[in-house]
Amino acid sequence: MITRTLTSAQLPGQAASLLEEGFRLALVAGHDDGDRLRAVYLFTAAAPDRRVELHVPLDQDTPEVPSLAGLSFAAGRFEREMHDLFGIVPTGHPLPQRLVRHFHWPRGWYPMLTEAGDPPEFGSVDGPYPFRTVEGPGVYEIPVGPVHAGMIGPGHFRFSVVGETILNLKARLWFVHRGLEKLFHGRTPGEGIELAERVSGDTTVGHTLAYCLAVEDAHRWPVPEDAQRIRAILLELERLYNHITDIGALCNDVAYGVLNAHCQRVRERLLRLNDTVTGHRLLRDAVHPGGATITALPDPRVLAAVGADAAEIVDLALSNTVVADRFTGTAPLGRDQAADLGTLGVVARASGLDVDARHDHPFLSAEFPRTRHSRTDGDVLSRFLVRAEEITTSIAMITSLADMLGGRTTATGPVTSGTGGSGVGIVEGWRGTIVHRVELTGDGRLSRVKIVDPSFFNWPALPVALADTIVPDFPLTNKSFNLSYAGNDL
Amino acid sequence: MSALGVVGGVVQPVLIVAGSPLLVGLMRQVRARLEGRAGAGAGQPWRDLRKLLRKERIAPRGTSEVFRFAPLVLVATTLVVAVVVPFIATESALDPVADLFAVVALLALGAVALALAGLDTGTAFGGMGASREMTILALVEPTLLVAIFALSVRVGSTNLGAIVSSTLHDPARVISPASLLAAVALIVVIVAETGRIPVDNPSTHLELTMVHEAMVLEYAGPDLALVELASAMRLSVFLGLLANLFAPWGIATEATPLAVLIGVLALVVKVGVLGGLLAAAEVFVAKLRLFRVPELLAGSFLLALLAVAASFFLV
Repeated sequence: MITRTLTSAQLPGQAASLLEEGFRLALVAGHDDGDRLRAVYLFTAAAPDRRVELHVPLDQDTPEVPSLAGLSFAAGRFEREMHDLFGIVPTGHPLPQRLVRHFHWPRGWYPMLTEAGDPPEFGSVDGPYPFRTVEGPGVYEIPVGPVHAGMIGPGHFRFSVVGETILNLKARLWFVHRGLEKLFHGRTPGEGIELAERVSGDTTVGHTLAYCLAVEDAHRWPVPEDAQRIRAILLELERLYNHITDIGALCNDVAYGVLNAHCQRVRERLLRLNDTVTGHRLLRDAVHPGGATITALPDPRVLAAVGADAAEIVDLALSNTVVADRFTGTAPLGRDQAADLGTLGVVARASGLDVDARHDHPFLSAEFPRTRHSRTDGDVLSRFLVRAEEITTSIAMITSLADMLGGRTTATGPVTSGTGGSGVGIVEGWRGTIVHRVELTGDGRLSRVKIVDPSFFNWPALPVALADTIVPDFPLTNKSFNLSYAGNDL
Repeated sequence: MSALGVVGGVVQPVLIVAGSPLLVGLMRQVRARLEGRAGAGAGQPWRDLRKLLRKERIAPRGTSEVFRFAPLVLVATTLVVAVVVPFIATESALDPVADLFAVVALLALGAVALALAGLDTGTAFGGMGASREMTILALVEPTLLVAIFALSVRVGSTNLGAIVSSTLHDPARVISPASLLAAVALIVVIVAETGRIPVDNPSTHLELTMVHEAMVLEYAGPDLALVELASAMRLSVFLGLLANLFAPWGIATEATPLAVLIGVLALVVKVGVLGGLLAAAEVFVAKLRLFRVPELLAGSFLLALLAVAASFFLV
């Protein structure tokens, strides 16, 4: 890890040269250091794993940073987030509207500042923020949400449509800000686990592991290889049950309910397997700072049966010509578009990008081959197949890791009291690359935790993929992205 | 008006109203079992209707009489069809209305009333559903007319009672090319008209994919109950029509209690079997992309046209 402290004038030049060298902007976080503010930019690069942090101290009265929105699309969104939470102004930002802040928050109230205090009563509306109107003969708008018919998070979607074809889609999220990052402040790393497990309900292991890696990185704690193997098994178990759920949901969205029923059966089997492995169906209470503990290794026979079931379900789905027709060519996200937006995980790999933190930022010393994907056209079928193919890889990985462990179910390294500092954890969760960055005070308590879920990067790709798609294909496309509302809105 | 017509005119609507929700329940149950689920039981649609009927009437702000009367028009037109079409007896209570064109017009009237109600709500979903429904309706109605017309050519009458009686007297006609082509066309049309997979998915919660459900999203309470009941009745009416046009056996030709009883049982069995088959077939089919639906309906129209041609030339 390289850390550089810069003045705000030096920032754009440094950022540009890092991006030029193939780094990606993985995280931007504001910090309130009491007497001043500080912006931290984390850049990461793969092969070999490199991480560079740029720290920009800022004046408390006029906190301003030059906007990097012109260099990186993701930077522009991070800056808007930082503005809403810390009041740090990105100068020269092309679209300086609010992103995270709810429009009922009082003007000038920045919740992440130390003196922000308790959440205020909802007050006056924070200015008009109109949707871009699309005009022309036959163009009309369809507003959907933020409350939806299904059991999903809140998000407002505004479609501008002519006939059935989507001309423009704007997704407005951030309706339920929980103040999660602030809840970490003042806790010990052990007390932070219960929060990390609940960042996004379906990504318990992904977020907990990224958090633990960050804490271990800050303290320079060595973690035994066995613990990393157990963690890798848990990460793949989480990937399995979520991927099979998505495959079923995609079939259900084209009214092929019988396969969804079978996917639900397989999912239940995996949840019960999770229960025998960790004592919790959603894999909680297994990963902790310094190590990992499980009650039993997963039964390879169950995994083999799940793999066979999943393969048969995928085969049945694609041999149905109507299902194949609905998936093929629907809502394509081109490789260049995916790269420009900085997409991660399943979405990026389905568009032909080779981003996978398991290989780019490995925490295991054992190496596994990258999954080769048979279709990378960026359409719904590609995203469906990427999931299907990862199920096979995950089962192979779990089986071989379990062999290496040889029955050992617990491993913990030495946990010493640290001297403060900061650390970064990078994990390939089932949706994509999760990054956590923690800062610790001298007595080992958390002073700042910044969480970046891959959904933060992937949400803007959804409207891009949907251009010229027809309205009735939106739910299917949305399901093929399956982005997290909770992980996005902390 | 004959005694048999009166009996049919009284028994048929009662049977259709009472039995339609059960038919829907049966179809859901068949689907659930085939998918490996327990299912809610065939009585669930009736329980839902009872629940909805006990609720207060409520209409969205800004809606007009069109919105309020549409469910009544829908139920009323379907009831008239249930009275006049030869379901359990070959003679009709209102013989002039038991005409091919009158029946199709009545069914279309109900659909149009509901589409207008969808537009009347002023919401994006209502308009979207209405637009999709009208697109499908415009392709379905001609096929419906032409397919039944193919059957009426040899009878020399567009009276449905006459068509059914003539098939009863000359069963060999059922396996004629004209009849088979018309049957296939009619099945496709019924699937589209009643909003079943692969044209529409009656069980979806995804507003943006809906056709029929999008139009009725704003209905609640007793109004929704009427819409649901009418939708179920339309399904029964279409399946009953299909059954009696191509397999009229069992239908009462004289006004004796036994004949009427057999007529009722025959209809229940035929519609039940057809519904079960439709539900079972749906398990193996996925929903078509919306823009592919016209292709399917154009295909069925072609079949109907061929049926008419065959009925003229292949006698």
